Amino acid sequence: MPTVSVGRDHLFQALGRSYTQEEFEELCFEFGIELDDVTTEKEIIRKEKHLEAEVGGEDDQEVIYKIEVAANRYDLLCLEGIARALRIFIGKEEIPIYKFREIPPESMLQINVTKATSKIRPYVVGAVLRGVSFNRANYNSFIDLQDKLHQNICRKRTLVAIGTHDLDTIDAPFSYEALIPQDITFIPLKQIKSFRADELLEFYRSDLKLKKFLHIIENSPVYPVIYDRNRTVLSLPPIINSAHSAISLRTKNVFIECTTTDLTKAKIVLNTMVTMFSEYCDSKFEVEPVEVVYPDDRQFEDCASEGIFKGKNIYPDLAVTVMDIPLSVITRPIGVSLGIAEVIPLLNKMQLHAKEKLGTGNYVITVQVPSTRSDILHPCDVMEDVAIAYGYDKIPKTKPKCMTTGGQQPLNVFSDKIRGEVSRAGYMEVLTWLLCSLEENFAMVKRKDDGAKAVTIGNPRSSEFEVVRTSLMPGLLKTLKHNIDHRRPIKIFEAGDIVCLDGTGDVGASNNRRLAALYCNVTSGFEEILGLVMRIMQVVGKPHEPANDNFIRPSNEPEFFPNRQCYILFKDKQVGAFGVVHPEVLEKFGIPDPCTFVEIDIQALL
Amino acid sequence: MAEDSILGFLQNNEAISDSLQFAASAGIDHNELENVIKSLRGFEIVDAQEFQKDRWFLKEEGKTYAREGSPEVQLFNAVPPDGISREELQKKVNPTVFKIGSSWAVKKKLVEIGRQGVSRKVEYVEDKIQGFLQQIEKGEVVDEKDLAELKNRKLIEFRPLKGYSLRKGPKYVSKRKKAATDLTREHLLRGDWRDLEFKEYNLSAQVQPIQIGYLQPLLKVRDAIQSIFLQMGFEEMPTNNYVESSFWNFDALFQPQQHPARDSHDTFFLKVPSSTRELPEDYVAKVTRVHESGDYGSLGYRYKWKREEADKNLLRTHTTAVSARMLYRLAQQKSFSPKRYYSIDRVFRNEAVDRTHLAEFHQIEGLICDRGLTLGDLFGVLEDFFARLGMAKLRFKPAYNPYTEPSMEIFSYHEGLKKWVEVGNSGMFRPEMLLPMGLPEDVSVIAWGLSLERPTMILYGIDNIRDLFGPKVDFNVIKNNPICRLGLE
Repeated sequence: MPTVSVGRDHLFQALGRSYTQEEFEELCFEFGIELDDVTTEKEIIRKEKHLEAEVGGEDDQEVIYKIEVAANRYDLLCLEGIARALRIFIGKEEIPIYKFREIPPESMLQINVTKATSKIRPYVVGAVLRGVSFNRANYNSFIDLQDKLHQNICRKRTLVAIGTHDLDTIDAPFSYEALIPQDITFIPLKQIKSFRADELLEFYRSDLKLKKFLHIIENSPVYPVIYDRNRTVLSLPPIINSAHSAISLRTKNVFIECTTTDLTKAKIVLNTMVTMFSEYCDSKFEVEPVEVVYPDDRQFEDCASEGIFKGKNIYPDLAVTVMDIPLSVITRPIGVSLGIAEVIPLLNKMQLHAKEKLGTGNYVITVQVPSTRSDILHPCDVMEDVAIAYGYDKIPKTKPKCMTTGGQQPLNVFSDKIRGEVSRAGYMEVLTWLLCSLEENFAMVKRKDDGAKAVTIGNPRSSEFEVVRTSLMPGLLKTLKHNIDHRRPIKIFEAGDIVCLDGTGDVGASNNRRLAALYCNVTSGFEEILGLVMRIMQVVGKPHEPANDNFIRPSNEPEFFPNRQCYILFKDKQVGAFGVVHPEVLEKFGIPDPCTFVEIDIQALL
Repeated sequence: MAEDSILGFLQNNEAISDSLQFAASAGIDHNELENVIKSLRGFEIVDAQEFQKDRWFLKEEGKTYAREGSPEVQLFNAVPPDGISREELQKKVNPTVFKIGSSWAVKKKLVEIGRQGVSRKVEYVEDKIQGFLQQIEKGEVVDEKDLAELKNRKLIEFRPLKGYSLRKGPKYVSKRKKAATDLTREHLLRGDWRDLEFKEYNLSAQVQPIQIGYLQPLLKVRDAIQSIFLQMGFEEMPTNNYVESSFWNFDALFQPQQHPARDSHDTFFLKVPSSTRELPEDYVAKVTRVHESGDYGSLGYRYKWKREEADKNLLRTHTTAVSARMLYRLAQQKSFSPKRYYSIDRVFRNEAVDRTHLAEFHQIEGLICDRGLTLGDLFGVLEDFFARLGMAKLRFKPAYNPYTEPSMEIFSYHEGLKKWVEVGNSGMFRPEMLLPMGLPEDVSVIAWGLSLERPTMILYGIDNIRDLFGPKVDFNVIKNNPICRLGLE
C-alpha cells in the first residue's frame, strides 16, 4: 500500500477545521485510509541518515502525517487528492467538474509521433495547465505526486514516464521520436553541461536515484526523446527531463507529457496529474487539451473523442464513465434496504454524480464515474462506495443461511492420526521449512542432484531458498543442531509435505505427505526407530486385510550407515527407509552424537 | 530392635546420656543405633544432641587378633606339650602368625626354639592381648597400663567418635508405627496400610521430568482453529499443492499482470518446473477477455494479457489459488449447491525475513459461496468466527484487494494493548473472478483470511516468529507450551 506524506496543518487547513489525532484517525478509518505515522521533516531526515535524536528545538517543525492509501486510488497520492476526497466525504465540497479549456481547434498544441517510437515506447499523451499558482507547498506536492505515480501505477517508470515542462520556455508543436543515442544531445535537469544520451546513461550509472531506470532503455538501439519545434530537447523518457524546460516556483503554464507502453495507464496518470493540480489554475479545474498525431494506426482504437475532436487523439481523456445500475445491485449485496433518495447522497459523498434513471419502470440509478476514479471498473465498485459512505459499523450483522456440513481432507485426518501415534510414542513434534539450500537438500545428506527431482526457485533472495525440500531429513537435522545441548535422548518428528517434480500433474510438480522421526543419543538407537516403524505399520493395518508382514528389507542408501539401514515395504511397495545416519552426514550438520532416522511416505499408507 | 531399646529405655528414664555406652551395654552396633537415632530425631520422637569424644579403636591387625587370638598364643597353642620340629610347626600355622608369633612367644618366654625343634616353656597361657582387644572393640574401658603393649605393637589407635545424648522428643511414643514411603502391592496384600504411617512428601523437591511426546505449538493452534471451522460447517479444501501456476494464483483472481504482487520481489517464481503444463482453455479465454476488455459489466483492465505470464509457475502466495480452483470446480457441477470451505496451509512470499516475517507461513482462509450473500452476512460470520478465537469486538476498515469488492481489513480491540489491531482481511469476491468460472450470476462468495502465526504469537506472547516456526525453535519452548485454550471460553 502506498504511503503519502502530507503536512498536517496544510491538510487541516484544506479540510477547513482541525482534528485531534484520534478524530482524524477515526475519519480515516471510516473512509478507508490509515494514519500510518506522525513525524516531522527533521525526523524523516534524521531517520534516513541514522542520526541521534536532537533534544528540543523541534517546536517549530511542521508535523507530517504519513497516510496509507489503497493501491488503486491514484487520486489519493497527494495532499490535494486526499483533502478533496475527505472534504467531499464530510460534505464540505461539491464534486468538481473537470473541463477542457475552450480554445480554437487550430491553436491546440500537438505532439507529433514518429514511426520509430513503436520500437521502444509507442504511446504518448499530454496536457497543459494554464495559469498555475505555485507556492512552496503545492510545488513540492506536484513533484511528490509524480514520484508516487512513478513508483506505483507506472511500475518504476517501466510502463509510464511523466515529464513536466515550463511551457513558456518551449514552442509547439512537439515531436516524440526515437533516435540512436549518439544523435541526442542536451543539458539534463540539475546539470550545467551538455551530454550525449549514451554518455548520459553512463554518467547516471552512479546516480543512486536514476540508475534504477537505465535498464528500461539502455539495451535498445533507439532512445525515446521529445523535442519542441526548435529541436530543443524536452525530455529523454523515462530517464530525465532537460534543464531548459524545467519548471520552477515561477512557472505559470505547465506542459505535461507521459510516454508509455500501456495507454490505459498513461491516461490514468495524466488524468491524475491534471485533475489534482488544475485546482491551482486561474480557471479552477480547467485543463487545456493536447492532440497526439501518430504516423500510423497506432492510436489503438482510442479515438473515443467526440464532437469537434472526433477521429483525433485528444488528451487528457476526461470523459466520465456512465453506469446504469439497478438499485438492487447496490443494496442487495450490502444487506440493507435503502431507497434511491438515500443512495444518491451516499454516492455523492464518494465523488460519484448520480441520478435516478427515469422511465425505466425499475429503480435504476445512473452513476457518473469521474476520470479521477479509475478504480471503478464494475457496478460492484459503486456498491462498495455506497457501503463505505453508509458506514460499515451501521450494517446489521446477519448469518448466512445455507446449511452445509463440515469435513476434513482424508489425508489430513490420516496424518493427524499418525502425528498422534508418534507423539504418544514419546516423540516431540517440530515444524520446519519447505525451502532450503541446494546443498542441504542434496550434498549434505550425501545425495546427488540429478535435476529431475527438486523444484528449483528461479529468483531466490538467498541460498536459504534455492529448492523445495525433497526429504524431511535436512530440516530435522538442522533442528537437532540448534538444540544440540538438549538432554538426551532426543526424539523428534515431523509430518509434512515434500514436493517433487511430477510429469503427471498440471503444473509439473506435486506434494507428497511424509513422516520423519529422528532419535539421537550416545548410542545409535536403531532399535528405538525400528520399534517406532513397527508401531506405525501395526496401526495403519486394516481389518480383513492380510497383515503386512516382512515389511523391512535391507537397503543401501547413501545417507545411512552401511548395513545399518532398511527399506520399509507396504503392499510390496517401498514406502520409506530408516537407518543409522551416516557419520559424514552428521558431520556436515555438526552433530556429535549418533542418530537413527526414518522417513515414510504416509500418503502411500492411507 | 535398636529402636525398641531406645524408646523402651526412655519410657522409664529421663535420658540416654551417651549413645556409645548405651550401644555397648545393649550389645547393639553403634552405626545401626545412629541410623535409628537420626530417623527418630527426624520425626521429633527424640531430641538428640550430637557430641564427639575420643576413643581407642582397633587397627586392622588388632581386629584380627581380637577375633583369632594374639599370634604368640596361637603359636604357643600349636606347640604340643612334647615339642615339635620347626618345619612341622610352620605347616601348622600361617606364615604371618609364625613370623610375628614366634618372635613374641620367645620374647615372652612362652616357648623355646632350638636346634631340636620348638618346645613349650610354660604349661598354660592366658591370652590377655586378645581379651584387651575385645574389650576395646566393645567400647569398654581398659586400664592405661594394659594399653601400653597394644599401643606399642600398633594394634590400636586413638580416634574421635560421634555419639548422641538422647531425651524424649515432642512426639515421643513408646512404640512408633513404621513410616512407609510408598504404598506398595505388599501393603495392599497384607492390609497393613491401615496401621502404617506414611512419610511426608517433600513437595518442594525438583521433580524428575517425565518421558512423553509433544505436539508443536503452532500446530496445536491450527488444530483448535480447524475445529472452529468444522463446528461452523466448513469443509476443508485440498491444499497440498504448493507449486501453482500464475494463472490460478493471480489471473483467475482478476489480478492484473502488472500488479506489484507479481514482481519477483514478492513471489518465488520457479526455474524448474518453469511453466504450467495445462490450463482449462475455455476458462482461460474468458479470463483473458475480462482482463483485456472487460465483460460481465466490467470495464476490465484494458491491457494486453499475456499467456506466458499466466503460464509461469510459482510457489503459491496465498491459498486463495486453491479457493479459485475449488470455485471453478464447483461451477462445473450440473446444479449449484452452497459451500463453506476452509483451509490452513502453507504459502510463500519472497520477502525480506525479520522478526515477524518469514519466507513461508500458514494462511487461514474461510469462504462461503451461496446465492444472495450480503456484506451483513460476512460481518456476521466474521463476528462468529473471531469470537471463538477470543476476539469479540470487531470493526471493519475499507481496504483494497484486486479480487474482492468490497474489501475490508478486520480489526479487533485488544484489551491488553488497549487499541484496535488488524487481525485479518476479508471481502466479497469480484464478479470478474466468479462469472468467468461459470458460477450463476446471483452467487456471491464472502471470504476472509489471516495468518496462523500472528494470532499464535499474540496468544503465547512470542515476539519472534523464528521462536515458533522453523529449525531454530527451542525444544524447551515446545515442551513447556501450554494447551491451546481457543474454544474453551
